[in-house]
Amino acid sequence: MKELLIGNAALARGIYEAGCSVISSYPGTPSTEITEEFAKYADVYCEWAPNEKVAMETAFGASLRGKRSACCMKHVGLNVAADPLFTMSYTGVNAGMIICVADDPGMHSSQNEQDSRHYAVAAKVPMLEPSDSQEALDFAKIAYEISEQFDTPVFIKMCTRVAHSQSIVEKGERTEVTKEYVKNPKKYIMAPANAIARHPFVEERTARLTEYAETSPLNRVEQGTGECDFGIITSSTSYEYVKEVFGNSVSVLKLGMINPLPVKLIQDFAARVGKVYVIEELDPVIETHCKTIGVNVIGKEKFSMLGEFSQKTIAKAFGLPEKETVCLDTAVPVRPPMMCAGCPHRGMYYVLAKNKITVLGDIGCYTLGSMPPLNALDMTLCMGASVSGLHGYNKAGGAETENKTVCVIGDSTFMHSGVTGLINIAYNQSNSTVIVLDNSITGMTGHQQNPTTGYNIKGDPAGKVDLESLCHSVGIRSVRVVDPYNLEECERVVKEELAKDEPSVIISRRPCVLLKYVKPKKPLHVNPDKCRGCKKCMKFGCPAISFRDKHAVVDATLCIGCGVCAGLCPFGAFESEGE
Amino acid sequence: MATKNIMIVGVGGQGSLLASKLLGRLLVDEGFDVKVSEVHGMSQRGGSVVTYVRFGDKVYSPVIEEGEADFIVSFEKIEAARYITDLRKDGTVIVNTQQIDPMPVIIGNQTYPSEVLEEMKAKGVHVDDIDALSLASEAGSAKACNIVLMGRLAKYFDIPYEKWEAAIEKCVKPNFVEINKKAFALGYHH
Repeated sequence: MKELLIGNAALARGIYEAGCSVISSYPGTPSTEITEEFAKYADVYCEWAPNEKVAMETAFGASLRGKRSACCMKHVGLNVAADPLFTMSYTGVNAGMIICVADDPGMHSSQNEQDSRHYAVAAKVPMLEPSDSQEALDFAKIAYEISEQFDTPVFIKMCTRVAHSQSIVEKGERTEVTKEYVKNPKKYIMAPANAIARHPFVEERTARLTEYAETSPLNRVEQGTGECDFGIITSSTSYEYVKEVFGNSVSVLKLGMINPLPVKLIQDFAARVGKVYVIEELDPVIETHCKTIGVNVIGKEKFSMLGEFSQKTIAKAFGLPEKETVCLDTAVPVRPPMMCAGCPHRGMYYVLAKNKITVLGDIGCYTLGSMPPLNALDMTLCMGASVSGLHGYNKAGGAETENKTVCVIGDSTFMHSGVTGLINIAYNQSNSTVIVLDNSITGMTGHQQNPTTGYNIKGDPAGKVDLESLCHSVGIRSVRVVDPYNLEECERVVKEELAKDEPSVIISRRPCVLLKYVKPKKPLHVNPDKCRGCKKCMKFGCPAISFRDKHAVVDATLCIGCGVCAGLCPFGAFESEGE
Repeated sequence: MATKNIMIVGVGGQGSLLASKLLGRLLVDEGFDVKVSEVHGMSQRGGSVVTYVRFGDKVYSPVIEEGEADFIVSFEKIEAARYITDLRKDGTVIVNTQQIDPMPVIIGNQTYPSEVLEEMKAKGVHVDDIDALSLASEAGSAKACNIVLMGRLAKYFDIPYEKWEAAIEKCVKPNFVEINKKAFALGYHH
């Protein structure tokens, strides 16, 4: 049956059909759904790991034991997993293993725009790059074959448009694959003597993979009808834009295998078409390769290294006429994402902003605390950096900063890589105050369980990290828990902990309001007789409260009845139903 | 058939994912090649969201660009204006007249441009405005705005009414089928 699937779901299906039995991943947009979809199959093992490094090593262990495995992550997650990656290239695999990595050109939901293809080149690991959902499914199966045939982990590289676009796929059947585990220290113990012996294998494997790339159906030439006096080398979603603009009029070398890249195939294509354009999002990876092998191409001088492409980008670069359109004179106010009505993070941020505290932030929904009107954040770098950054900030600032600086980090991010920073605070004793925004879920990526929630990826009861005990056991004596809906309590505890002459942790605990078990209360309304239009509530930045005709009003479709605004209003104008 | 382009725009959390799921299901069942593109993650937190639905004999690009949209279905009034440059010269805007203030308006830095639909009409855009929120509430749930708007969109297509209903049955949980069918009918007939 033909089905419309997002690229990530199709990739999960391909992984399943290829007989993969173990997936371990850490969520991250735009990669999350690969693992979530895989978890829906009954006869396989699937988990959320605390971070990408753990996930990749878990997948490696499963491969070693003889089961096909995978791990999935976003582009920046691959930085975390880079350590096992580079040495797994040396050990190779037992059963096939694939690494799914999803880039985010245009940074729809990311802190940078790094190009994962560099990792494939640097680690000397093959990488396949599908253009649509059917290719995502098919390439997963081919990736496992390559993995076992060439004794290497294999990358499948997605990008936001391929990961989150739905296109039609046809599913197949699952095949079971099991390999025997045989002890082989020379292959699997990467101590210097063995690694030295193993490095030539890696180089020789890349040579063999290059040969494979010359003739593999992953790379194909689509002969144009001859109206264009040039040819195009492209891959991934850029291929779709090229076809959208040129149809069959141009000759295209469509690359499905992005590392290693073929040599003769590219040279022959260029010789046939004459002038060659390379169209690839982000960095000039294909372009650089072409120039290295003596093929003169036009690339980044015409196509940007920034953001996503589209059919318009390409049409414009080739000077094709722009489409007629409608323009309005009215400027439309921007609508940036923001924390939801009733979001528990808002209360803590309100207190921090009110007291003009310097806040080092981290990665998650709560990064949105940086937006107006709260403007509560000073820094956001990467997963876990708030905690270790705070330590450095206070070591440098000493008494000048210790009593007016905190960091904020979510529960899942704290598990991912915040806890090592906290260990450093406890070990090297900085007078730092760490606030864990514990909303009992991984929020931004769409509600994934994590080690603090007590449930696994399937929603079944699982082991649970007790945050208070964890903080105590690494050496933090002062650990407090507050309810971020209680602004007075939050303010008092933040002030007390900042005043202390020792490291401390405040756990700001209340579940995300979007969780199914959090039942919204009746929306509040504003009593116009009591509201004096002082706009104090507008400083809270709740999307359910707006200001019309000199009074605050509550949007009943957005309000979840948290009631924090009622506590803020000096005139008691926010009322619950019945008042 | 040349590729047709539908954009669904609105505010994160308004249910555009269900609307695009419904359209996708229906159009695949009708035998078209279909691509649907949406962005997950951060933008879903109350930000401006856009979903592209493209169908025809063969669809390549998953996105819709300037001057290409045959329809813009907007779940909120000014979101229609935000994406208006994507509309074809002879395209149609179906818009829910509901007003949701963006943060710059909430905190008083900017005003909400209430007259924006009038400006569109004055510029010759075919605007089909509808109070989908009231109709959805009438159907039994304010959350069914998305399906009210799909009902209105359906009027512009030659696809039989029963096919749309069948797609609703396939896309929503059994408990919500009746409310959604009612919402669809209200959008279609209003």
